[in-house]
Amino acid sequence: MRTHSWLFPLLLVAFVGCSKSGSEGSAPGAVTLLNVSYDPTRELYVDINAAFSKHWEATHQQKVTIKQSHGGSGKQARAVIDGLDADVVTLALAYDVDMLHDKASLIPEGWQKRLANNSAPYTSTIVFVVRKGNPKGIRDWDDLVRDGVTVITPNPKTSGGARWNYLAAWGHALRKPGGTEQSARAFVESLFRHVPVLDSGARGATTTFAERGLGDVLIAWENEAFLLTDEVGQERFEIVVPSTSIVAEPPVTVVDRNVDKRGTRAVAEAYLQFLYSEEGQRLVAKHHYRPRSQEVARKEGARFPKLTLFTIDEVFGGWRKAQSAHFDDGGVFDAIYVPQAR
Amino acid sequence: MATHARRHVLPGFKLSLGFTWTYVGLLVLIPLSSLFLKTFSLTWPQFWETVTAPRALAAYRLSFGASFAAALANVVFGLLVAWVLVRYRFPGRSFVESLVDLPFALPTAVAGLTLTTLFSSKGWYGQHLEALGFKVAYSSVGVAVALTFIGLPFVVRTVQPVLEDIDADVEEAAATLGATPTQTFTRVLFPAILPALLSGFTLAFARALGEYGSVVFISGNMPLRTEIVPLLIVTKLEQYDYAGATAIAVVMLVASFLLLLVVNVLQRWSHRRLEARPGA
Repeated sequence: MRTHSWLFPLLLVAFVGCSKSGSEGSAPGAVTLLNVSYDPTRELYVDINAAFSKHWEATHQQKVTIKQSHGGSGKQARAVIDGLDADVVTLALAYDVDMLHDKASLIPEGWQKRLANNSAPYTSTIVFVVRKGNPKGIRDWDDLVRDGVTVITPNPKTSGGARWNYLAAWGHALRKPGGTEQSARAFVESLFRHVPVLDSGARGATTTFAERGLGDVLIAWENEAFLLTDEVGQERFEIVVPSTSIVAEPPVTVVDRNVDKRGTRAVAEAYLQFLYSEEGQRLVAKHHYRPRSQEVARKEGARFPKLTLFTIDEVFGGWRKAQSAHFDDGGVFDAIYVPQAR
Repeated sequence: MATHARRHVLPGFKLSLGFTWTYVGLLVLIPLSSLFLKTFSLTWPQFWETVTAPRALAAYRLSFGASFAAALANVVFGLLVAWVLVRYRFPGRSFVESLVDLPFALPTAVAGLTLTTLFSSKGWYGQHLEALGFKVAYSSVGVAVALTFIGLPFVVRTVQPVLEDIDADVEEAAATLGATPTQTFTRVLFPAILPALLSGFTLAFARALGEYGSVVFISGNMPLRTEIVPLLIVTKLEQYDYAGATAIAVVMLVASFLLLLVVNVLQRWSHRRLEARPGA
């Protein structure tokens, strides 16, 4: 015994390690869901969850509690890949959800076909925020690359939201009369020459623009722009809607492997369906996302100005292609910053 | 010398050694070796290409350079702070004493946001500095400032106990023997606190190398200019490039380990020299 006394702590630790509790169960008759989402949807899902709980309890006599987790979209997807028990994910871009299939086979290949509208129950678009009175006279994308204009946008390498910004700029340049791949590339290159700071996330970029007073224009999601002007300072900022922009589609899906393990598929699916319901769409609109429902959209029409919109599928052939061509290492975005000598 | 059974406070050498190895193994060795294992999915040329990309090289330069500068600044000013705290009694001393530890406790992201607010062109410090032509926020200087902030307690807290151990009569003795204040400092005091200074430097330097939260806000994250290595690693992870991220992490790990080893050897050497000094 004595000669093996060194074994004891080893065994002790091994034992403690194994007996890790796996019983985070729910009381009978109650169910919990975990919604893993990205940063700016926090307030939206507080409302959605309350409404859905009420709806589910009324129709199924079962209490449902929905826990929320927020963070950068990519970081959240990695957490789910690494074992965070998400029942549903509601992320900023389809590429992050694709990785749940590619890296961990948590969901099937064709997940985006499972729900209506590319599994995106709400959309947004990319607009500009300028300082009150629009001192630099920013009206459209081409004004962003004029001399003396500085632009704030986060780093597309670290921010899903910033990738939409980038693709919106590219799509605008590509689709305007005479636009080619070369002219689009040149436009985006010169745009990023006007960017003095690359924040790692969208909220960081908003802070840089609003609180630090840096830059003449902030490229932002429409819902974030509304949040900034409505709740932070209508007397300080204005929204400028460009002539064309991209449809940002934050997709949602059930995480099959997790809901089957936990037996929560029915309620998880109903939760996502609820986002498409009349009530869900009204809440979506209340939080400044563009609803898919024509009816709700009509009522909210004044708030969501009309502009020419294109989708990522139309212009870039989907997220995977866009990601590998533009944002992966050695892609177009990296080339923008490669030293001129090389 | 009389031999007698040596008694230990902790039970059994084998038990405590076994515990030590298990603990260090589970918490340090296994996580770190799994880091190495993850890079094995890269071929050697791929690994080399990843870790020597221009952006990676620029990031190493910034991370090591700014961390070194910050640790050096902390050695100079941390020594001063420790000296004042040990040798003088003044009103508010205990307040300053607790302030020193604050960077330990503060979430680094909060520190980063606060520093950025102060040093940006509209901030309290920034507007005056920019008028003088210094750009701090969103430059490599800003990175060094953030790293100095988080590293300060390390130097103060390692030097302070040593200074407390040196009695004021040592200085008096030196003075009676005709030493000038400079001589007293360079010949008597400095050698005694050098090992502590070195370990304070090492700790501050090592802490700064891994720092992420406070830097991402103030650096501006411009590729090739103000991008630190931890940010580059996060960037790789955002592309689900686990192997690439760990490859860069491994380079940082090896480089930091070698540097820390060198400083540790230096520290041991200066310690031994100190003990070997006649009359010390």
